[in-house]
Amino acid sequence: MSSDIAAESSAPSRRLAYDWKDIGLRLALPVLAMLVALLIGALMLLLLKANPLTAYAALANGVFGNLYGFTQSLAKATPLLLVGLGICIAFRASVINIGGEGQIIAGALMATWFSLTCRTWPGYLLLPSTMVMGFLAGSAWGFIPGILKVRFSVNEILSTVMMNAIAIQLMNFLLRGPLMDPEGVREGTFLPQSERLPEQVWLPRLVPQTLLHAGAIIAVVLAVVVYIFLWRTTIGYRIRAVGLNREASRHAGINVPVYQALSLTLAGGFAGLAGVFEVIGVQHRLMDGITSGYGFSGIVAALFGGLHPLGVIPASWLFGSLLVGADKMQRAVQVPSALIDTVLGLIVMFVVGSNLLSRRWSARRVIAAAKAEGD
Amino acid sequence: MYQAATAETSIFRLPVAVGILAAAVRMATPYLFAAVGEAIGQSSGVLNLGVDGVMLLGAFASFYVVLTTGSLWLGVLAALIVGLLMGLLMSLISVTLKAEQGISGIGLYMFGLGLSSLLFKVMVGTVKTVVGFQPIKIPILGDIPILGEILFQHSLPVYAAFLTVPLAWILLDKTTWGLKIKAVGHNPAAADSLGVNVNVVRYVSVTIGSMMAGLAGASLSLALVNLFQENLTAGMGFIGVALVYFGGWRPVAIMGGALLFSTVNAFQLWMQVLNVKIPSDLAVMLPYVLTIAALAFAPKLMRQPVALNKPFERGEH
Repeated sequence: MSSDIAAESSAPSRRLAYDWKDIGLRLALPVLAMLVALLIGALMLLLLKANPLTAYAALANGVFGNLYGFTQSLAKATPLLLVGLGICIAFRASVINIGGEGQIIAGALMATWFSLTCRTWPGYLLLPSTMVMGFLAGSAWGFIPGILKVRFSVNEILSTVMMNAIAIQLMNFLLRGPLMDPEGVREGTFLPQSERLPEQVWLPRLVPQTLLHAGAIIAVVLAVVVYIFLWRTTIGYRIRAVGLNREASRHAGINVPVYQALSLTLAGGFAGLAGVFEVIGVQHRLMDGITSGYGFSGIVAALFGGLHPLGVIPASWLFGSLLVGADKMQRAVQVPSALIDTVLGLIVMFVVGSNLLSRRWSARRVIAAAKAEGD
Repeated sequence: MYQAATAETSIFRLPVAVGILAAAVRMATPYLFAAVGEAIGQSSGVLNLGVDGVMLLGAFASFYVVLTTGSLWLGVLAALIVGLLMGLLMSLISVTLKAEQGISGIGLYMFGLGLSSLLFKVMVGTVKTVVGFQPIKIPILGDIPILGEILFQHSLPVYAAFLTVPLAWILLDKTTWGLKIKAVGHNPAAADSLGVNVNVVRYVSVTIGSMMAGLAGASLSLALVNLFQENLTAGMGFIGVALVYFGGWRPVAIMGGALLFSTVNAFQLWMQVLNVKIPSDLAVMLPYVLTIAALAFAPKLMRQPVALNKPFERGEH
């Protein structure tokens, strides 16, 4: 901690220009972490008697080989970016949000129910209100652990995990009961999926015949909004202050519990919006497995992007590509896509593990610079 | 239990109640292994959120070894080795490299979930069953009416899981090592100044906990369901972590929590079987809602290891 504070306080006073070497280091470490993780993945493939070169070639080819793969990687990046933005806000306040999965489901459920209930509304009314309702549902799913944390001191890591389980069960129940497609009931298939949503609520597709929808643009705009929110507004400043030093913030008159609960609520809202986009942009209905694990892989994208809203944009595209490539790899060379889940787990551990190194290096460089100035 | 009276009165018939309670004792097994192990790790100040991932890998490794060799004990050994390796990995990231523990644990979970699915798909492919541990009726005790059926007619892993409770209590409260573990969890700087090697104590505690998580997985695949499938645990490890908070880091209270949780679960399964009017998916939520409520109202902060979730760095305090 002490080294952290030294780095934070003396760096700006030294000079106002960006410390490019420091930024380069911060960028290089996650990339290095990923390369090591992919290398370990290659070793595992060798042990499983598969050729890592053909597997990774199939992976890359799945993304860059054709337009469809490329648009699909952007489509998968969209929920990752939205979840990642929420994670940025929460983590900046030192609140850990593991509840992305549940919040995505809350948003998706609300979007489905709301747009089906108000199916007579015109699109210009239904589309924005569906997005707002889904955002609010996700926020509610984040607000509950938030209020439990600040009022009842319930560890948010645990409560968000529980909220995930509750959301999954709630969706299971609704998809097999009240929300089940009446057509499936009539025809006797009883598939656990909802009715198709009214067409006026569908997000336009950016490239015809692909899954890439307008939500991708909204997500990128929101990334800029979150950046401005965190670095250019009072509320955002207070959220970051609470994360950097809770005690100091309290003494400065910041209502710490309010900002902690707020950060989790906002995080839930962004994950909820990811759920909304999955139903109105990609599937056009709610179905089992709607989250595809984005609640967890969004954490990876956020960490990889340095918990910076703008950094999460390329990071989520990178991981969207990995996920798409993994599917292609599974089909082309029969290497299960679970390999990429394994690699993602390693990346998370290596990135958080390498923070210590980057902290030590910047501290050393600050001390060296201070010495040089002293001479 | 009062809900049952209105919904379905047959719970008051003795054989049904005994069956539910016996199932509850059996189903507490993986939670007990996982939560008691996690309590040891957390007492030293390290939150290992990756329990579920370790359980999955342990369940797969033991299942695969039994499938290929037929030896249950080799299967248990495989789960222990997996737990050992995963514990060392978690310690390396969280203790030596001082990573944020909540996140490194999620990484460990994703790693375990992914790797167990990958290995299962490549090495096994389809769901197969193995002959697991068979129930052993304990002489004399097993013949006691009602109580015998509930407590003393289980397979070996079930007894072993309950045995970890007194063992962990003795380790934490009655031995020098336990004192060291708790000292490191409460005030690592003071322990360090008294010559306790903080990192070694944390490595050992986390690794013991992780090996028990491996056993939790093995108890699932070799004693409770006798098979492996992708994401077999479905989040049991996370419940295990919650039980540690619920029980306030005391093994006996953790056992109480695990039994409460598994009783609600067994009750809920019984409702599903009997097609009670409450929708079963909503009943499945019950244990999780209960856990959140319990976490909110349990008097927990008093006993929480002060240094939990805080990496130790010399000269920081």
